[in-house]
Amino acid sequence: MSPLRSVLVANRGEIAVRVIRACRDLGLAAVAVYSDADASAAHVRHADSAVHLGKSSASKSYLNVEALLAAARESGADAVHPGYGFLSENAAFARAVADAGLTWVGPSADVIERMGDKATARATAEAAGVPVVPGSGVVASVDEAVAAAAEVGYPVLVKASAGGGGRGIRPAADDDELRRVVDEARREAASAFGSDAVYVERALQHPKHVEVQVLADAHGGVVHVGERDCSLQRRRQKLLEEAPAPGLDLALRERMCAAAADLAREVGYVGAGTVEFLVEDGEFFFIEMNTRIQVEHPVSELVTGVDLVVEQLRVAAGEPLSVAQDDVVVRGAAFEFRVNAEDPDDDFLPTPGEITALELPGGPGVRVDTALAVGDVIPPFYDSMVAKLCVWGPDRATALARARRALAEYRVEGVPTTLGLHRRLVDEPALVDGTHDITSLEQILAQIS
Amino acid sequence: MGHTIAARTPGVFYRRPSPDADPYVADGATVAEGDVIGLIEVMKTFREVKADAAGTIARWHVDNEDEVSIGQELVEIDP
Repeated sequence: MSPLRSVLVANRGEIAVRVIRACRDLGLAAVAVYSDADASAAHVRHADSAVHLGKSSASKSYLNVEALLAAARESGADAVHPGYGFLSENAAFARAVADAGLTWVGPSADVIERMGDKATARATAEAAGVPVVPGSGVVASVDEAVAAAAEVGYPVLVKASAGGGGRGIRPAADDDELRRVVDEARREAASAFGSDAVYVERALQHPKHVEVQVLADAHGGVVHVGERDCSLQRRRQKLLEEAPAPGLDLALRERMCAAAADLAREVGYVGAGTVEFLVEDGEFFFIEMNTRIQVEHPVSELVTGVDLVVEQLRVAAGEPLSVAQDDVVVRGAAFEFRVNAEDPDDDFLPTPGEITALELPGGPGVRVDTALAVGDVIPPFYDSMVAKLCVWGPDRATALARARRALAEYRVEGVPTTLGLHRRLVDEPALVDGTHDITSLEQILAQIS
Repeated sequence: MGHTIAARTPGVFYRRPSPDADPYVADGATVAEGDVIGLIEVMKTFREVKADAAGTIARWHVDNEDEVSIGQELVEIDP
């Protein structure tokens, strides 16, 4: 039935394990790739075969396009799943995979390019009738930026058009500050993202970050798989997510989810994607689209029963989605807690090192996505997120109670992690009430310290 | 006797602030205590490596982009 037989998983850590599991569930062979540091890692152990890429640093391994293409050739894989991070939103890699005669598990390189550039994505969303945060097109000079800010109103954010992952963003409260940061922002954008294009956007004050999961196939099928609230962020990095979004007006939710599906349809999207919005004062505004599977996808899986990674693989194989919009029913509530090898008591200093003891939580409603085992050494070369504790309950209060139980059981020794912080967060009034917004976590952290 | 600067965190060592930039310190350059002499990338964050003594850059034990472990000797400084 499926023209796919073997999938090269171009990633590491928990997401590589997640994709390998989806391959197994579909009867597909999974090919792992690994760096020197990951020679005995879980994704290598779980895969049907594994190919060495190179040295440990990401640029020599998981970001090495030539080595990845060679691994695909050598292993006889007929598809490449990029996971998240690394090359997952790199249009040139998607194009190189397709040019090598392999199936790319994701939207086309053209769509990645179009939605990956933030200014272009904004314009595309506007054209599709999706509300965007008041803002400008690309500004070519300080004077243009000041003129744009006068129109959208202060405070504003200066954003790198080619930026992503919460990087390349600078706030400005007035003309003077804007004049100071624009050139700085353009220089930084040029060096970090290879393009000095920046634009100006109004800075909302207390918005919630709410994003909509979409799935689309190559036959015109597009569904949304509900929304997630990812408001608890530190320095624009998400720490704790949930589905559905608490306290969201039902009519607003309907319009926002429909807008996300419309946007996917408009750009000819194929695969799994996420449309991110800010919600404030009963209005929603598009901010960006992520053209890949996302870290926090399990909370959507837990409340809908849809296996998003399996759907990605089905769609890549040319099959229609296995669910229609009416089949997507949200049941209960789910949380995800990111377990990072970081020390919250030391300004979130990254803490690579050996796991000397590990006890995983279990029981009703608990799912842990991780690649870590006792004796593993967390390498210093990659992301600090080493596990995701995901908890489902028939209602939000039960899910939180189960989360407290699971967090109490979960034990990691050898390196500091964010687990202790999560144990505090689940009792924070703002989270318990569901009234938290994107400023809440920084406020909570300021109180703790 | 020279003084050796060691890595305080594992990661990837860089002699330059960015790939196209000049090195923080040239060979034979004079550094003061606290001067930045390189970067170590650990888990996608960059931490500055500072000279913990004043002197002249005498000999590198690592190259740009080398993987380093905690405590590894990076560079010798002559007083």
